[in-house]
Amino acid sequence: MGTVPSAISAPRRATSQSMLAGWRRRETLAAWLFILPALVGFLVFFAVPAVRGVFISFTDWDLLTSPEQVGTENYRELWQDDDFRHAIKVTFLYVLWNIPLQTVLALGIAIIFDRFVRGSGIRSLLLLPWLMPNVVIALLFLWLLDPGIGIVNYFLDLVGLPEQSFFGSVDQALPTIAGVNIWRYTGYTALLFLAGIQRIPKDLYEAGALDGASESRMFMNITLPLLRPVMTFVLVTSIVGSFQIYDTIAVTTQGGPVDATRVLYWFIYQEAFERYNFGYATAAAMLLFLFLVTISLIQMKLMRANESDLA
Amino acid sequence: MARAVQAQTAHEGARTDNGGPNFARWVSIAIVVLFTFLTLFPLYWALRTAFSTQRLLLAEPGNLLPVGFTVDSFRQALGLTTASESVAAGGSGRTFDFWRYLLNTTIVSVSVAVGEVFFSAMAAYAFARLRFPLRNQIFTMFIAALMVPSIVLLIPNFVLIYDLGWINTYQGIIAPTLLMSPYAVFFLRQFFLGVNRDLEEAARLDGAGYFEVFWRIILPICSGPMLTLGIIVFITQWNDYLWPFLVGRDESVRVLTVALSVFRSQTPQGSPDWPGLMAGTLLASVPIILIFAFLGKRLANSIQFTGVK
Repeated sequence: MGTVPSAISAPRRATSQSMLAGWRRRETLAAWLFILPALVGFLVFFAVPAVRGVFISFTDWDLLTSPEQVGTENYRELWQDDDFRHAIKVTFLYVLWNIPLQTVLALGIAIIFDRFVRGSGIRSLLLLPWLMPNVVIALLFLWLLDPGIGIVNYFLDLVGLPEQSFFGSVDQALPTIAGVNIWRYTGYTALLFLAGIQRIPKDLYEAGALDGASESRMFMNITLPLLRPVMTFVLVTSIVGSFQIYDTIAVTTQGGPVDATRVLYWFIYQEAFERYNFGYATAAAMLLFLFLVTISLIQMKLMRANESDLA
Repeated sequence: MARAVQAQTAHEGARTDNGGPNFARWVSIAIVVLFTFLTLFPLYWALRTAFSTQRLLLAEPGNLLPVGFTVDSFRQALGLTTASESVAAGGSGRTFDFWRYLLNTTIVSVSVAVGEVFFSAMAAYAFARLRFPLRNQIFTMFIAALMVPSIVLLIPNFVLIYDLGWINTYQGIIAPTLLMSPYAVFFLRQFFLGVNRDLEEAARLDGAGYFEVFWRIILPICSGPMLTLGIIVFITQWNDYLWPFLVGRDESVRVLTVALSVFRSQTPQGSPDWPGLMAGTLLASVPIILIFAFLGKRLANSIQFTGVK
């Protein structure tokens, strides 16, 4: 809009300037009206709660009586809480079960789809598990992996393997939950990789082939380096998401058996909504938040996220 | 890359008969088939189980077809049978008021999808086109909110909804996501920035107000991306579990995901009503499966676009 007033001829400069000011005021007013609903939503449900969370984390509060200021007591207590340490350990183990396998599988599938799959129908299939509700998927796998009459144990029995209890076993529960989420997210992740792979200029491979480079060398020296921005996006979002595992556990193991799947989210949920330690739970949530921000920043730094080798 | 591979195989023409590229091709096809099977089998198995008779499942756990074919589980889930009938058939006899939960889920998901996309679009338009004080600072704050994990906001927001007396109400479930999401504002601003300004400026010269320009020009031009975003928001809300579980457990506002988990936890240890549970999960997924069938390609394209941007 700024170009319009300047088109008005010089003798009428005075009027044009007051008109310009009027336009500006109207533009500002319109802009505030446009952002008003979103701004209210942002302040009430994002900004204020985030700040309020900090305050709650310095209190001892059961929600029914008024909060009691305890300073950094919650944080000090968390530092010495074996349950909290256990939850951190279990969450890390979960991420280790989940992310490496999921990322490698997704990359492999993306490469195969890029080369051998035409037609976008089957490509959309990659998305199907990701669209389904977590709760539904958790229930499906609870049934598939049922120790007594689940189909997976039936197949294991056919090939002569012993019955596995999966969700019911202290050793298997965590990898099983990781497996369920690998099933859910691999296709989605592959779709992101696929988009990245398809943007790599084809002539790089042609040049590589002319120079007699092997497939594996071209993968290491062309595909992987040029995939770095997508890789960063995928790793940051999937690792941050993986640390927030909750739904699958809530529906299947509820933190058990014997705390084997008592991840941080479940710990925080129980402290807040089963034991009514809102201050303590919020302090744990704050620590998780700080931790997630730190690893995201480190990852982006390490992978030089904003630079593309294609640019 | 496919073209490169073709060029490469042509270049290596003499060497293709040693089985190298062909072998890789067959292995890859086998992997795609396996992947498709692993994706679809759990869904098929839910279908097979939902059409089976509870009492007979134990006898034939490996039968790939429904055991004692029946539609009773669906009839029960849809409220077409009486409880005593389903107990007689070996079901749990618990009521699963599907239509109630479906209505609740639909009310919540549609309001959030429409509200969030519309209000986010208004804000995104201001950020993309209008000049006003603090514009960049406010936008940066919105984007910073993308980094905050839900758990940090969960407890303070729960306390807020509790203080407002909105526990077990629709507004309690809807409010936090109704007016904006940082992702929606960011996504739409990117699109609005790419729209050609000529049409808008012509309309402004013709005396159209800002809102008229937004309503008559921007929204129609960007209806594609807005629809995609609306579908993603709708699905996210449809699938959401923890928040509605915390603030809306009561039967009157209970959504499908919460209802399914409650139904599952009500079943006594040992013998859950698997056909009933599977019928419930399938019915709860029907809208998702329909969206996938009709709009799957569109969603796949849009997600690839976001990933690369």
